Amino acid sequence: MPVVHIPAPARDLTGGEVDLEIEATSVRRLIGELDQRFPGFAERVLEEGELKPGLRVAVDGHVSPMGVLARLEPDSQVHFLPAIGGG
Amino acid sequence: MARQRIISTSINGNPVEVLAAPRQTLLEVLRENLDLIGTKEGCSNGNCGACTVILDGRPVDSCLVLAVEVEGSEVETIEGLASTDGLHVIQDAFLGQAALQCGICTPGFIMSTKALLDENSSPSEGEIRFHLAGNLCRCTGYDKIVRAVEQAAAGEMN
Amino acid sequence: MASVEERQFHIEPFPGGTPGNQRLVEEGRLPDYDVVGTRPIRHDGTDKVTGRARYGADIKLSGLLQGFVLRSPHAHARIISIDTSKAAEVPGVHAVCTNADMPSATHRAGDLGEGVVDWYHLNQNVLASDKVLYTGHAVAAVAADSVHIAEEAAMLIEVEYEVLPPVLDVRQARTAEAVVLNDDVRTDRQPVGEKGDEPTNVAKHFHYQKGDVDAGFAAAEVVIEREFTTETVHQGYIEPHTATAYWSPDGKITVWTSTQGSFMIRMQVAELLAVPISKVKVVPMEIGGGFGGKIAVYLQPVAAVLSRLSGRPVKLNMDRSNVFDATGPTPGSYMKVKIGVDAKGMITAGEAELLFEAGAFPGSPINPGCMCIFACYNVPNGRIDGYDICVNKPRSNAYRAPGSTHVALATETIVDEICEKLGMCPVEFRMKNAAKEGDERVDGVTYPPIGMWETMKAVELSDHWQSPLEGPHRGRGIASGFWFNFGGNSVVAATVNEDGTVSLIEGSTDIGGTRASVAMQLAEILGIAAEDVTPTVVDTESIGYTDVTGGSRTCHATGLAAIKAAEDIQDQLCQRAAILWDVEADGVEYSDGQIQAVNGSEPRTISFAEISGKLNQTGGPVVGRGSVNADKHGGAFATHIADVEVDPDTGKVQVLRYTAIQDVGTAIHPSYVEGQMQGGVAQGIGWALNEEYHYGDDGRLHNASFLDYRIPTCYDLPDIETIIVEVPNPGHPFGVRGVGEVPIVPPPAAIANAIYHATGVRLRSLPMSPPKVMHELLSNDE
Repeated sequence: MPVVHIPAPARDLTGGEVDLEIEATSVRRLIGELDQRFPGFAERVLEEGELKPGLRVAVDGHVSPMGVLARLEPDSQVHFLPAIGGG
Repeated sequence: MARQRIISTSINGNPVEVLAAPRQTLLEVLRENLDLIGTKEGCSNGNCGACTVILDGRPVDSCLVLAVEVEGSEVETIEGLASTDGLHVIQDAFLGQAALQCGICTPGFIMSTKALLDENSSPSEGEIRFHLAGNLCRCTGYDKIVRAVEQAAAGEMN
Repeated sequence: MASVEERQFHIEPFPGGTPGNQRLVEEGRLPDYDVVGTRPIRHDGTDKVTGRARYGADIKLSGLLQGFVLRSPHAHARIISIDTSKAAEVPGVHAVCTNADMPSATHRAGDLGEGVVDWYHLNQNVLASDKVLYTGHAVAAVAADSVHIAEEAAMLIEVEYEVLPPVLDVRQARTAEAVVLNDDVRTDRQPVGEKGDEPTNVAKHFHYQKGDVDAGFAAAEVVIEREFTTETVHQGYIEPHTATAYWSPDGKITVWTSTQGSFMIRMQVAELLAVPISKVKVVPMEIGGGFGGKIAVYLQPVAAVLSRLSGRPVKLNMDRSNVFDATGPTPGSYMKVKIGVDAKGMITAGEAELLFEAGAFPGSPINPGCMCIFACYNVPNGRIDGYDICVNKPRSNAYRAPGSTHVALATETIVDEICEKLGMCPVEFRMKNAAKEGDERVDGVTYPPIGMWETMKAVELSDHWQSPLEGPHRGRGIASGFWFNFGGNSVVAATVNEDGTVSLIEGSTDIGGTRASVAMQLAEILGIAAEDVTPTVVDTESIGYTDVTGGSRTCHATGLAAIKAAEDIQDQLCQRAAILWDVEADGVEYSDGQIQAVNGSEPRTISFAEISGKLNQTGGPVVGRGSVNADKHGGAFATHIADVEVDPDTGKVQVLRYTAIQDVGTAIHPSYVEGQMQGGVAQGIGWALNEEYHYGDDGRLHNASFLDYRIPTCYDLPDIETIIVEVPNPGHPFGVRGVGEVPIVPPPAAIANAIYHATGVRLRSLPMSPPKVMHELLSNDE
C-alpha cells in the first residue's frame, strides 16, 4: 500500500501521525482518502481540484510533473513539498 | 540643449564622421549613432570595463569618454579585431579556453587583453591579473580568461 | 556491489583541460563516449568574441523610442497622488504611464515554477500605486525620442508621498510593534498548514520535523548552538535589465528582452496586461548573466504599456544603480542553528530557526534554505522553522541555489567546531555522516543515488588537501553544500539537412554554453560530430513551452529532449533505409552513426551522412522532436577546500588556493562544467569576504554601484582548481545532474573555517570584510 508522509504543519489534522498507509492508485484518490479520514486535509492541499500553487507532490523521491494525476504503485512513497526552482 | 556637432575620427582604421551631442559618451555614440553594438554597457560609470575600447593605443572605459573627445583620434573596437584571414589570436584563445560563458564582458576583456599584449608580449600570470583587474566578469571566476590570455601571449610569440 | 568504502578511486587530469582541471575516477568505471566529455568550440562562440552577438540592449527597430523609469526616493511611503501632466508636454515625449495604465490585479497566486507569486504584488512591484516599499521602486515611466529627453521629462512628474518609517531588520520586522508593509499579508504555515488571520510582515512559516529532536540532543555528547547573520547580496550580472516591446494595432505584443525564460516572461506579461498568451511573443536576445535574477518581469510590461500608448516600439534599459536598488537580490538573514553529535561523531539531532528577508513582497527562498540546511548529512532527528519576512528592501529573488549558501554557512562552521571538539578530521566526520542513497532528509524525502561521500573521497585524494599549508596567519577550511537542481519542461526540434548535418531548435536561452552541451548530446546519439549540429535558440512562437534556463536544469532536461529527438530521427532513418533497400523496417538498426540491415540475404549499411542526402526521395524531410517534463534530475553535492592568509594589521583575507570538488553526474562539456564551478566559487568568495548592501537608517541603499558593491576582480582571486566527480544520475541516459548552482554554496563556510584556522577567531556574520575581521581579531586579543 502506498505510504504518505504527513508534513509537520498538517499533523494537527492527523493527530500526530507521520507516515500513513493509504490505499490509492493516484495522488488524487490518496488526497480523497486522507480527507475522509482527516477532514480538512483536501482543503489544505487543493485549489479547484489541483494542487495549490506552489505545492508539489513527490513520488518515490521525485517531484511528479503530473501533480494530482500521478499514478501510485503499491510501494509508492508520497511527499507533499513546496515547489523548489532555483536561480 | 547644445547643438549637435560633427566629430571626425578614425574607427578600426576607417575614417568616420558622426553627428553627436556634446553630452553623449563615446560608448553611446558607438552603440546608438554608429550601430557598433559590440562594445557593451554594464555600469556607465567606469567600474566594470565592459565598454573597454582602445583610444590612441590606450585601453579606456568608453562610458567615461565624451564622444567629442575622440576628434582626430584612433579608436579600436571589438569589431575591428578579426580580419578577412580569420579571428585574431586573442579571439581564438578565448574560444579555445572556453573563457566566456554569457559573453557580455568578453569584448571588453579582449580589448584590454590586446592593449596588454601590445605593451607586454609575455606577461606573467600576476601581470595579467593586475592589468585585467578593471574588467569585471561574474560568470567565469576569471580562471579560463587568464588561461586564454596566456595562450594568446604564447601564440603571438610564435 | 562493493560497499562505498571498498571502491577504488584516483584523481587524474581531465583530458583537454589545463593543469588545474581534474577528475575523480573510479577504477573500472570510466564511461566511453565519442562526443560527451570532449571540448568542442561552442557554436555561438564566434559571434560572441567578435561583438556580433545581439544582447537585449542591442536590438534596433525602426521608430524605436527610448524610455525612462521614475523611481521612489523613499524606502516606505504611501503614494497620495501622481501628476504626469508636465512630463507629457515636453517636446519629444510620446507617452507617459503609471500603474493606472495597467489592468487592475487581484491577490491570486501564480505559479512561476519555483515558488508562488501574488499577481497583485507583482503588479505593484512593476509600477507602484498604493505604496512604495523600497528606494528605487518604480512609480512611472516615460517614452521619448531619446533617453535623455525621457529622463528630463520624468523629473517633471510630481509624486506626492506620505513617508512612513522603514523596516529594515528581519528580527525587528516580526515583532508586534513593527510597522506592517502589506495589509493583505497573513502568515501562511507550510507545507500543508493553515493561514493566520492578522496582518503581519511574517508572510510564511515553514516547519519541518523528523523524529524526536529533544531526545536526540539529550543523547548527544557534544551540542553546539550558534547564531549567524548575512547581508543582502546581489547576483551581480554584468548586463543590466533591458526590455523592448511593440504593441501592434492588432493587439499583438512582441517583447525583445534578455531573459532566463522567454515562456516565463510571456506568461507574466500576458497575466499582468490581461491578454491571452497567444497575443504575446517573446524574442529572447542573448543574455549577459542571470543567476536567477532575470526570471521575474520588471521592465517588460512597462515597455509594452508605453508602446500601446505611443503606437511605437519602446526600449527600456536599467542603469547599474537601478539594478542594485530595484531588482531581486538574495535575502539578508538571521539564523540560529544547533547540532548534536554522539561520542563517535555521529549526528544525533539538528535544529534551526531561520529568518530570511522577503523584501517588499513575500517570496524569499526560505523554504529551500530549510530543506538544504542538513541535507549533506544523515540526520535522524530534526526540527526546522523558517520564516519569510517582509522588509523595506527590493523584493528578493532567486540567486544560484537560493537559500542554500546561507544555511551552509551555519551548518558547515558548526561542523568544523564539532570536529575540533572531538579531535576528528573534518573529512572523516563528513564521510561518516554523509547522506547516502536511501537516507531520509528532515523533510522526509529519501535520496536516490547521490555523490556526497564521493566528493569527500576526492578531497582526501586531492593534491590540495595533501599539501601542507605553511606560514603565519594562514589557515585551511573545507565545507560542503547541496542543491536539488530541477527538471521541468523542454522542447526541441531537429531537422536533418541534406549534407549530413542537423539543425536543432530549442527554447532554452544560452547563458553558459548550453547550445553546445545540448547539441553534443544529440550528436552523441546520432553518432555525428558536435560541429555537425547547428543549434538555434528561438522565440516563443517557434518552439514548444520550455522552462527557464536556470535551476541547473538545462543540460539535463533540454538534453533529454534532444536525446528524444535524436532517437526519433534514428527511428525515422531506419524506416527510410528500409524503403531504400526494400526490406522490412524491423530488420534495420541504428548504431554508431550507421544504419544497418541486420537480417536478410546481404548485410547492408549506410552512414548518417549518406542517407541524409536521400530523404526527400524516400518520403520527405526528416524532423525529430523531443518534448519532456523531466523529473529525475538528481541532486548535487559539492565540497570545497580554501586556503587563506589573514593580514593581522588590516583584516584583509587573501585566498591563496582554492579547489572546488563537485558531483556533476556526467560532464557533457567539461570546460563549461568547470566554468560553472569556478564562477560559483568566485561569487561565493565575494559573498564571503566583501559583498553586502549598505543601507542608511532611512532605507536608502548607499552602495548601488560596482565601485562600492565590490565584486571580486581577477586580481583578487587565485586560480580555481576543479575536481569533477561523476556519480551518474540514473534519471538521464548519460547520467547528467545539474551543475550550475551548487558551486556557490560552500565558499563562505569554507573561508570562515579557513579564517578560524588561520587566526583562532570564528566569524559568524557575512561578509567577513576587513573591518569585521579586525574587530574580531582585536576583541580576541583582549
